Amino acid sequence: MAVNLKALPDKKYIMPGNASCPGCPESMGLRYVKMALGDNVVLVIPAGCSSVIQGIAPRSGINTPILNIVFAAGASAASGLKAAYEMLGKDYHVVVWAGDGGTGDIGFQALSGAAERDEDIIYICVDNEAYMNTGIQRSSLTPYGAWTTTTWTGKKEHKKNVPIILVSHGVKYVATATVGYPTDFIEKLRRASKIKGFRYIHLLAPCPVGWRFDPSLTARIGQLAVKTGLYPLFEYVNGKFRLSPIGRRYKDPKNRLPIIEYLKLQGRYKHLLDKPEEIKKIEEYIENTWHLIDALEKSFSKGGGEKIYKAL
Amino acid sequence: MVVRSLTGNYAVAYAVKLARVQVVSAYPITPQTTIVEKLSEMIEKGELKAKMVRVESEHSALATVFGAASGGARAFTATSSHGLLYMHEVVWWAAGSRIPLVMAVVARSIGPPWNIHVDHQDIFDQRDTGWIIGVAQENQEVLDMTLQAFRISEDPRVYLPVMVGLDGFILSHTRAPVDVPDQDLVDEWLPPRRQPYVISPETNVVMGNIAPDEVHYLMRYSMHEAMERAKRVIEEVDRSYAEVFGRSYGGLIECYKCDDADILVVITGSWSGDAKHAADRLRSIGINVGVARVRFIRPWPRERLVEIARDKKLVIVFDRAVSMGSLGPLFMEVSSTLYPYGTSLAGVIAGLAGVDVSYEDFERAIKTLVSKLEEQGRLYIPQFWLFPEGFESEEKRLEVARKWL
Repeated sequence: MAVNLKALPDKKYIMPGNASCPGCPESMGLRYVKMALGDNVVLVIPAGCSSVIQGIAPRSGINTPILNIVFAAGASAASGLKAAYEMLGKDYHVVVWAGDGGTGDIGFQALSGAAERDEDIIYICVDNEAYMNTGIQRSSLTPYGAWTTTTWTGKKEHKKNVPIILVSHGVKYVATATVGYPTDFIEKLRRASKIKGFRYIHLLAPCPVGWRFDPSLTARIGQLAVKTGLYPLFEYVNGKFRLSPIGRRYKDPKNRLPIIEYLKLQGRYKHLLDKPEEIKKIEEYIENTWHLIDALEKSFSKGGGEKIYKAL
Repeated sequence: MVVRSLTGNYAVAYAVKLARVQVVSAYPITPQTTIVEKLSEMIEKGELKAKMVRVESEHSALATVFGAASGGARAFTATSSHGLLYMHEVVWWAAGSRIPLVMAVVARSIGPPWNIHVDHQDIFDQRDTGWIIGVAQENQEVLDMTLQAFRISEDPRVYLPVMVGLDGFILSHTRAPVDVPDQDLVDEWLPPRRQPYVISPETNVVMGNIAPDEVHYLMRYSMHEAMERAKRVIEEVDRSYAEVFGRSYGGLIECYKCDDADILVVITGSWSGDAKHAADRLRSIGINVGVARVRFIRPWPRERLVEIARDKKLVIVFDRAVSMGSLGPLFMEVSSTLYPYGTSLAGVIAGLAGVDVSYEDFERAIKTLVSKLEEQGRLYIPQFWLFPEGFESEEKRLEVARKWL
């Protein structure tokens, strides 16, 4: 069901005194999470920017209960929390809010374990494509060519494709989203919230500080990631794979904007803008990504997912 | 009340069942494994109404039970050696969060080389984490201490997690008659779960976000104070347990023939039994030995030890661990506690890596140290290495070193 903007709650979820940087995609994303799921939510936050964004105890800049936890333990602490609620007969949503490091690197083992066990939790990877909280060091989710403080001449490896790895875990729900399209993200959260079992949402979160762009451009850069075909938006529900309506047209290369439109706004790519062979590598990456998406769409065209879309 | 033939690990599992634990999560590691197996069986048979989370690592095991306990459930995990080291960061996080929890630690040496036999290196590695750490001597005490651990941990004067140590194989895999209390009595004795806060939408609590440094300092002090209060709670729990179940262990320290002893052995764990046997034999030849078995290494029973040990002619500490580059950890505690009294002290380091220490070994070491005391009048030997049999001479040890080390 499409999200009606007017019907979204007016309640303030991100409070004055939170410590996010100007243009921070994480405070945007957290707001959308609460707008989508309401107050029946407990967040589990492993180490990362969002550990800091909450502000200084005993106050909190995020109007929601939060269990902060060590870096590698987002998915496992959430599994325990959910187990307690089950035993106590409480029906709360347990949502992990973890960065790309807490998801794809140090927290990967716990994530994979929880996914395989089909824990009844929603796991959101808020992906700003580097270790931003420690000062912009590369992660396995940093894209090819990007400058970071540990890849001064640009990263030499491509980004790890975590959502696809989660699809291969056979979990109930996997989706990609970006803070550039809030209604798409909210719709996916709401759909996920109605499914029981392990649900994973990958949220691309353009970071003005780490990606080196003007703080007013956060949402726009998220949109450009979709419009250039770099970041396909999709959902995988109970064995059924489909492209999201908002980004479906970019499957056709003719509809895509040139990747340079995305790269040129970000200082982290400054050093490769005049290197066509580097741009070409990124374009090849986009092509390969869509080959994979196409294969998934074909392979998972007959899952039980369609029924679920209708029911929701 | 039923007497069953139980291994130490099964004694743990029975205690967990009696405590009506609601969430269990653990990762198998030798020699802890049979605890996880038994609990899985109890849960799948419906004997224990709990959720078992079969995680992929020890780090996740403790994080899972910590999450469950934060959400309001009584939760339990168990591990050993490398598993305990792997979860070490969560060990700190759980204690700092002041969330009541119980974990069994089946003591095992740390590699390399791989070795599954007992020493206390893994347990002593957790000294500073803010967990209450108990160490049992035999299987009955394993059950009783595990049950008591829940009451101690969930006491509002304490609110700290508790580790129950039991020696690998010597207790974990060896059967002994264990008196398993009636469920009704346990339900009466163990109050419903209490904890300082619950994370839920109803409470809207945030736990663990950044605090001012001064507040963090005060949180540490508050944990330390809770440890100090825990000493009283442990003694109280020991007494009330005795009233209901008929067994008392002396609280923080079990005294075995301490009162009239001239020579006091300070020790912890299962080998205390051998030390007691050695004490009896030495008494028969006129050497008046007593044994102070430390049941809780945290909180450290400073006051109690002073009462027992200050006026002894010689206090001999047996350590089954060593802080490499310093001394045996138990010796460090005992010597700093007795420093103001000038008591003669010796620290024996023995039984590392599971090397067997028999009652004869205890006798030999004690006799040697007593004769040194007689020669010198006053004794301070902070490290007295009881090398494995056949390796007493430096020459022999060098030979091994050339070959292996």
